[in-house]
Amino acid sequence: MILLVEDNLDHAEIVMRTFKAHQVDHPVLHMTDGETALDYLRRRGEYADPEKSPRPDLILLGLRLPRVDGLEVLKKIKQSKALCGIPVVILTSSQAGDDLKMACEYHANSYVVKPLEFREFTALMRSVASYWLNCNVNPRGPR
Amino acid sequence: MKGRPLKILLVEDNGDHAEMISRSLKSHPLANIIHQVSDGQAALDYLLREGAYEDPKKSPRPDVILLDLRLPKLDGLQVLARIKGTEGLLRIPVVVLTSSDSDLDIAKAYDFHVNSYLVKPIDFNKFNDLMKDLGFYWLSWNVHPLAQASLG
Repeated sequence: MILLVEDNLDHAEIVMRTFKAHQVDHPVLHMTDGETALDYLRRRGEYADPEKSPRPDLILLGLRLPRVDGLEVLKKIKQSKALCGIPVVILTSSQAGDDLKMACEYHANSYVVKPLEFREFTALMRSVASYWLNCNVNPRGPR
Repeated sequence: MKGRPLKILLVEDNGDHAEMISRSLKSHPLANIIHQVSDGQAALDYLLREGAYEDPKKSPRPDVILLDLRLPKLDGLQVLARIKGTEGLLRIPVVVLTSSDSDLDIAKAYDFHVNSYLVKPIDFNKFNDLMKDLGFYWLSWNVHPLAQASLG
């Protein structure tokens, strides 16, 4: 399962359509703010039941998010023993040096910038899915 | 993708694998510069600019590190832990590229904040394909702090 944390609904739509069109067989769970994403990952509130909130295999994380911003979400994920093994790919429009620097310091696995051009955006998403789901090896075992 | 050629530090003691990896990556359009070391201590000396690598001109910072685990002198997990625990180095992506599929190695690598963990396929063609995917992703799509800074 891929957790997509993205508040831009148009971009989220492109990501999900690209995955569907290219037979990315992992379901996508889409959330639009950082606090809900953290609730899900920490299994809090409505997400308390582990069977209803399985661990994602990959997290695609925007930076400019409502409620809790992406860098804060990233920091919490990578500080957690239970969550730090999940690859987090920052997927953002930001090319700001400070964002990139902080994302690397908080141990983002990767940082990619959303292209403006549609075809390039879909090519990026195909590459992200292919690399992180088919090439990269995640930790195994209960989390 | 635009930008200057990216520098890769390859830490690999198997000469055949090193040759295959280098050839595959050199064919990438970003024409990257590859420096290879064949043990863990040399990798740290290079990155920390110690010993034979004191001169920064002889040891430019890599943009990506490809790191085997089973290395002479100092094993790859220790090298990884040191990189990710050092202020001037921790932002450099480290891709572990190893024959080990052990749960323990994988878990430890992620505990030490490896960026990516790849298991070397035994089949030559699959190995080559993996190198192409690796090159394409890390050289074309991932944004590198040092490379971005140098664009001003």
